[in-house]
Amino acid sequence: MSVVTNTTTIGAIEAPSRRNTELALLAFAVVIPVFAYLNVGLAIDGKVPAGMLGYGLGLALLAGVAHLVVRKWAPYADPLLLPLATLLNGMGLVLIWRLDQSPRLIATSMRRYGSFSPDAPSQMMYSAIGIAMFVGVLLLLKDHRVLQRYTYISMAVSLVLLLLPLVPGLGMDSFGAKIWIRVAGFSIQPGEFAKIVLAVFFSGYLMVKRDALALASRRFMGLYLPRGRDLGPILTIWAVSLLILVFENDLGTSLLFFGMFVIMLYVATERTSWIVMGLLMSVAGAVGVASFAGHVQARVDAWADPFSCATEGVAACQQMTQVLMSFGSGGILGTGLGQGNSDLIGFAANSDFIFATVGEELGLTGVMVFLLFYGLIVERGIRTALAARDPFGKLLAMGLSGAFALQIFVVAGGVMGLIPLTGMTMPFLAYGGSSVIANWALIGILIRISDTARRPAPAPAPSPDAEMTQVVRP
Amino acid sequence: MSELTLTVMRLGFLAVLWLFVIVAVQVIRSDLFGTRVTQRGSRRQEARPQQAGRQAAAPPQQRGQQNTGGGRQRRGAPTKLVVSEGTLTGTTVALQGQTITLGRAHDSTIVLDDDYASSRHARIYPDRDGQWIVEDLGSTNGTYLDRARLTTATPIPLGAPIRIGKTVIELRK
Repeated sequence: MSVVTNTTTIGAIEAPSRRNTELALLAFAVVIPVFAYLNVGLAIDGKVPAGMLGYGLGLALLAGVAHLVVRKWAPYADPLLLPLATLLNGMGLVLIWRLDQSPRLIATSMRRYGSFSPDAPSQMMYSAIGIAMFVGVLLLLKDHRVLQRYTYISMAVSLVLLLLPLVPGLGMDSFGAKIWIRVAGFSIQPGEFAKIVLAVFFSGYLMVKRDALALASRRFMGLYLPRGRDLGPILTIWAVSLLILVFENDLGTSLLFFGMFVIMLYVATERTSWIVMGLLMSVAGAVGVASFAGHVQARVDAWADPFSCATEGVAACQQMTQVLMSFGSGGILGTGLGQGNSDLIGFAANSDFIFATVGEELGLTGVMVFLLFYGLIVERGIRTALAARDPFGKLLAMGLSGAFALQIFVVAGGVMGLIPLTGMTMPFLAYGGSSVIANWALIGILIRISDTARRPAPAPAPSPDAEMTQVVRP
Repeated sequence: MSELTLTVMRLGFLAVLWLFVIVAVQVIRSDLFGTRVTQRGSRRQEARPQQAGRQAAAPPQQRGQQNTGGGRQRRGAPTKLVVSEGTLTGTTVALQGQTITLGRAHDSTIVLDDDYASSRHARIYPDRDGQWIVEDLGSTNGTYLDRARLTTATPIPLGAPIRIGKTVIELRK
């Protein structure tokens, strides 16, 4: 009975939900830090560390809660984002705990502050708050397009967040950079949260204005030059980021915000001229500010030639030389966890300079693998942006992953001596509550967008008049 | 703790980290989504045996012809029917001597989801010599071969477009 054979149809593949893949990867991502914990304990004390079970269970509990929430409320989300973030967070905890064990750092702290408190337990608490933030984002934000309504509110909020550290009495000047505020005994870095809020503003704004920014332009030497009045937004953002640089002394934050705007402008308008202009403006701004702001000047000196000024006793140069030595002694395969001397970096070893510990104890191989972890998160973010069906979601996912990528570049580049060092932290890895919490919220938003993007489209409604046309015979 | 154990752990840890990256990349590889081509002929055949019987019963003389002439395929004869425009674009049906009915009726071989198509719009069948013929079944809006509206059963040249509403089909080798 040969009626219909070999009928071929081209249709959309429904992306499977991939939740079980995520669970398997998550288990892997919990086992790796536990292994690292064991390795550190064996290397330092020669015995299995006492807190290993508690630590492993704690991390597994956090990961499990996050997974169940994703399974329930974002079933089609990307399967890689959560395991990668969990792995980085877990490895950060291990590295912070490892630096807590260092007798040198304990002695330094005793000498400087008269007391020593380990940072790993508080980082564990921050991670728990971060996961709670992630869960909160997924529960409260049922549809990311809601954020579009708050475009101009988020502009105001982000400006307030950025300017908070300058408010007298609230902001605190710590080691030159004014990027912290102190509220009720906690020091908070508002810039980390401003990153997310600003991405919301940029995507809402560019979604509406991108046609004007893309189409009204003149062609000059192969570049589309925008009209003078369309330069307003980029000039405003540039001015704000220069103000941050001058008054808060923080190159990283300023670079992050301006860079994020240029990336989103490029994505929204597909005009290379914005990138060229953005690069020129940031170079001009950085050079201009570096030539008269003392703090920035010191950072640039420490970057240009750390070894000559370190002998003069400049702290920034000494840190830089210690970090470079740390990377150098790691070599290709590293000294092994718990066996390096990265604790010789006396200052901010577990926050700004934590990547030096990775470089020394895991070597080039480890540094590359960590950069790949970050790269995979960024890749999944961009994939989400590609798959998203609405322009706001596209821009938001792109902006968030762009900001994430820029932050990695600024921190890793600064620590490795590619660009002047800034006071930012490696997301998830470094010690610091604001950073961990804000980045978990960022991952939460990306997971929400990817769930919407990968959810199979609803089946088209059956046509109501399907049977109404009848054959009319003459 | 012996030096050897620590070295093994150090290298093992790096290997595990890289293994995670490799697994993650494998997940990305298997995670590509977009469009795909599915074979659905066999499933359809099993699902609707009674309709298959009805369609086969409709033109009895052709069934007899198929049994005698089905084995030899003429040189240059079309082997498949391809939908080249419309909502079903990309659908192909292998031509194996059976009658193909087109229309909005659910038991049609090709179910057209088109406001301009009638329930039983047209049929395509091979004649005694194996030449494929298209015949309009008295549709409201007509069946067009190239530009001409069909009035009688007409032989189909290879590659000539047959238009029904927004759908265009053609026979190919």
